[in-house]
Amino acid sequence: MYHIISIHDFERSDLDYLLDRAKEFDTGGYRSRALEDKLAALLFFEPSTRTRMSFATAMARLGGRWISVDSVEASSIVKGETLADTIRVMSNYADAIVLRHPKEGAARLASEFATVPVINAGDGAGQHPSQTLLDLYTIRQSMPIDGIDVGLLGDLRYGRTAHSLALALAHYGVTLHTIAPGGLEMPASITLELREHGMEVVEHADVGEVIRDLDVLYVTRIQRERFPDSASYYNVASSYRITLDLLNGVRDDLMILHPLPRAGEIDSAVDRTPYARYFEQAKNGVPVRMALLHEVMK
Amino acid sequence: MSRKDPSGGLLISPIRNGTVIDHITAGEALNVLRILGITGSTRECLSIATNVESKRLGRKDIVKIENRELRTEEVDRIALIAPHAKINIIRDLQVVEKKGVEIPRVLRGVVRCPNPGCITNTNEPVESTFEVLDKGLHCLYCDWLIKNDIANHII
Repeated sequence: MYHIISIHDFERSDLDYLLDRAKEFDTGGYRSRALEDKLAALLFFEPSTRTRMSFATAMARLGGRWISVDSVEASSIVKGETLADTIRVMSNYADAIVLRHPKEGAARLASEFATVPVINAGDGAGQHPSQTLLDLYTIRQSMPIDGIDVGLLGDLRYGRTAHSLALALAHYGVTLHTIAPGGLEMPASITLELREHGMEVVEHADVGEVIRDLDVLYVTRIQRERFPDSASYYNVASSYRITLDLLNGVRDDLMILHPLPRAGEIDSAVDRTPYARYFEQAKNGVPVRMALLHEVMK
Repeated sequence: MSRKDPSGGLLISPIRNGTVIDHITAGEALNVLRILGITGSTRECLSIATNVESKRLGRKDIVKIENRELRTEEVDRIALIAPHAKINIIRDLQVVEKKGVEIPRVLRGVVRCPNPGCITNTNEPVESTFEVLDKGLHCLYCDWLIKNDIANHII
């Protein structure tokens, strides 16, 4: 049985295969009723807009159906049911389980109790492999990933998308430039792991000093809840706001990506430039998740 | 439990039945006991020697536990903090089994994950699971890495 839990589980060839499959789904190279007799359980125990909607859209596009739990309050978790029990039961209802959960490692646990495939749709500050695949997919739409310069900007300490993406990019000989406000730097254990994979990781204090050398700038949201008061949040948040001024002299094919939702990190004026690719990135969630759902249920 | 021998060395008495753990990393004897669940309120008769001279280790600790033979999973736990320890099983004053300790590749239910957000720190029916790497212990659920102070995380 094929689970999709963590980017750690993927070799370069697995990533390339899934990206190729996503491209087929993106360009219409699939049967529109390929999952006609299949049912997916979307178990979202944490808020989500894009991830949940794009998994549902992906099922619908493939002719499949889904059932869902959209909050902890509406489930038996409030009665004290364990995730393990929920997963055992859902395994008897659905052909695959898509899980978002606030605890790290929840998807790994689910895969141990499930008798159907599990796709991790984000587990706390842990992994979010379908997001990473759609990030890679969006980059690959414009340029080969091998050997490019990618800047990761924002909360690199708690941001799960940044960690997963960095680990995936290590398969592609990418030079990684990290730019994080004080206290939100990438954990040393992850930087060490990246370097063990042979990745060149360069730390920068300010996005302005590196933006002209980048092929991709990946911006993440600073989580307001990490700060003791609004003033210190705005102080940090304003330190790396992407504005039109900052984009003077950047490479013509620079891509600015963001997993969304954004909270002021990117000035809306940037949306109208050719560098802004984050809405296209969000759109790519559908073909990538079609590929994943099809792969685990085919 | 101890006495001076005429040559000036410090000895602790042999035991009739039980386990002798020799070559414990100096200073770790009390942690070894904690790992074994032996506290002041348990009934085992114990002898403990710490910072004893050792040709091999320089200094070492020794623990003797009467009327208790260590099981393999208990030995695994000791290996984390005392990798050179030697376990001697004693029956009727004779060493009937002598074994080293070996750190297993995967530890289940031995170490608690320090990450409060880890799914193993909930009421889910799973044991903590760590793979043993050169750089530390890696949680197979949440990817947390314990690099030092392992004794404090042993369950």
